[in-house]
Amino acid sequence: MATKTKKAETKSFADDPINKSLSKDDKIDLLRQMVRVRRFEQIALTEYQNDKMGGFLHLYIGQESVACGTISILGEHDHVITAYRDHGHALNVGMGMNECMAELFGKATGCSKGKGGSMHYFAPDKNYWGGHGIVAGQTPLGAGLAYGVKYLGQKGSCLCYLGDGAINQGAFHESLNLAELWDLPVIYVIENNGYSMGTSQERSSAHPKAGLALRAEGYGMAWDQINGVDLYEVRAKTKKALDRAHNESKPTLLEIFTYRHKGHSIADANADKYRTKEEIQRYMQEHDPITNFKEVLITEGIIEEADYKNLVKEATKEAMEAVKFADESPYPDVSEITDDVYWEVDNNTEAGRTGKHFFH
Amino acid sequence: MTRKISFRDALKEGLDEELAHDDNVVIIGEEVAQYNGAYKVTEGLWKKWGDKRVVDAPISEAGFIGMGIGASMLGIRPVMELMFYSFAYVAFDQMMNNAATCRYMSGGLINVPIVVRGPANGGTSVGATHSHTPENIFANMPGLKVVSPSNAYDAKGLIKTAIRDNDPVYFMESTVLYGQEWEVPENSDLEDGELLIPLGKADIKREGTDISLIGHGRAVITSLEAAKILEEEHGISAEVVDLRSIRPLDEDTILDSVRKTHRAIYIEENKPFCGVGAQIASTIQERVFDYLDAPVLRITSVDAPAIYSPPVEKEQLPTAADIVEKTLSIC
Ligand SMILES: Cc1ncc(C[n+]2csc(CCOP(=O)(O)OP(=O)(O)O)c2C)c(N)n1
Ligand SMILES: [Mg+2]
Repeated sequence: MATKTKKAETKSFADDPINKSLSKDDKIDLLRQMVRVRRFEQIALTEYQNDKMGGFLHLYIGQESVACGTISILGEHDHVITAYRDHGHALNVGMGMNECMAELFGKATGCSKGKGGSMHYFAPDKNYWGGHGIVAGQTPLGAGLAYGVKYLGQKGSCLCYLGDGAINQGAFHESLNLAELWDLPVIYVIENNGYSMGTSQERSSAHPKAGLALRAEGYGMAWDQINGVDLYEVRAKTKKALDRAHNESKPTLLEIFTYRHKGHSIADANADKYRTKEEIQRYMQEHDPITNFKEVLITEGIIEEADYKNLVKEATKEAMEAVKFADESPYPDVSEITDDVYWEVDNNTEAGRTGKHFFH
Repeated sequence: MTRKISFRDALKEGLDEELAHDDNVVIIGEEVAQYNGAYKVTEGLWKKWGDKRVVDAPISEAGFIGMGIGASMLGIRPVMELMFYSFAYVAFDQMMNNAATCRYMSGGLINVPIVVRGPANGGTSVGATHSHTPENIFANMPGLKVVSPSNAYDAKGLIKTAIRDNDPVYFMESTVLYGQEWEVPENSDLEDGELLIPLGKADIKREGTDISLIGHGRAVITSLEAAKILEEEHGISAEVVDLRSIRPLDEDTILDSVRKTHRAIYIEENKPFCGVGAQIASTIQERVFDYLDAPVLRITSVDAPAIYSPPVEKEQLPTAADIVEKTLSIC
């Protein structure tokens, strides 16, 4: 995990061209994005406790730099797909808090019309392909999105995120092989927060000391490891992988060390049993990517503490407005349960009108 | 007075007793040991039985279930937990191809005494990927057995039998029922000293004369609610038949009930197409057609993937009101 944040290292990534090219406003925007994700989720958590939603809520709190840093360098033909811990990626690709909050509330105005819930956000218009609930189920799809980009002759890529626990699924290994074998411009991003539910990486993955990215070696695939606390490092190293995808149509496996402050989900009754309170405290206090980047920007003379407070205030206001929007939105009608099952039926085509499609 | 325990605790007792009964029983699954089970079904078992008997697996369903199948060929009795039965699809090849056909293809030289258990239910707003109810899919495959208990008593008796069974048994539970309590006798109060319920034996959960409400899993509980309303508000006497095991299937109990009531509805939380109810309806019309005073009806979930929206999902699943309404349409 990301215990080794060195000031010197931080400096060197700040000088990387991808970071050097950032204007002051760009940098403030990056911080704003991370703060927005955090406030959105903190307020969603409160609303969960107010019984406004059901099912699971997997929070991204502590990992914000991963989605923010990686997505901030993407262009027109770059795509994103992830697992169920998907709110951070959603807001970073440009989805609005309103439709994201409304989805949590199960409302018809949600990004998936209240049909998917927290784990299943989608926004194809923003190159965002979910939000997937089955561990590693998204990893072949990531290869497929890259295959599609390549097939269409576009200079693009797919960033496919997965957890440290997900790497042990067969589908992921099959995907790695296909990606390297067929030169697919996919970048697998392992968000290594050290745990899959209550299981530490040491207890789930063979040869843990070597790191998980090393599995790429077995396929002859390029790989790298990244300190997720440092937004500049995330951007700089992801850019290398992105260039490889764009220019050589080659995949990369990235492992980004990060940490989740909260339990696996809101339902995680053991959140501070399988890891010590001290460990959680240490990460919150010393390795928080938002605090880290805020301090970097203060040191660079770009913001002052008061500006940061302002960002938090703005994000809070935006999230509260999203709660209001979600609250006031209607639930889907029961008759809509069978909409969106078949394209042909929804579009009332000849095929959709031929034969019986539903049987209740 | 018989004690009351939860569905969850009944399962746990069954597992605990079988760990004691046979050294070859081993529990394998994600978070089953140190975390005490995602739904706490295995709580305390790792502490009691240790690393050899209760094993935390990585998120590799195809791997560890396939491994369990292999080990079972040497006489190990793996009881594998799927955190959700929805994840069975990740292990589908192992569960369908390997578990179901090794015996057949070896001309009977091999048997696969595994249990794969876990929750298979909707109704908890966890979205389509986590709400699958594949009992009909697995029951379609000869070589497999499918069990779906509706209450704590049956859960305990059936899980113990499933573990002792020499064929693969897929055991589907409901997270909605885990916390609910039923009467389950202490072993000391039982004549045989333990609770074993054979697979292939349906149970009449309520006697009646006007209609047979037949189902499995939580739908049985919903049917019992409906039967009460039917009696109190409509003077209709409904018999509630609980399959308990879907394959093997107790056809006699179903047919006897229909011979008596002349009407039948199958209720299940699964989707309708080729559902368990379709099989039962076919059997009834084929075998006791002359006894029927009305067509055999079915009540299922609304035919779409599980919707997330919490209040709407409640309407997607069969309710007591749905059962009352359908009953009134033929009674
Ligand atoms: C196939 C499958 N198995 C199990 C689960 C249950 N589950 C959901 S998340 C999770 C842990 C995943 O950990 P990791 O990949 O490290 O991601 P993180 O939650 O840390 O982001 C498990 C076991 C699932 N959703 N899908
Ligand atoms: Mg993890």
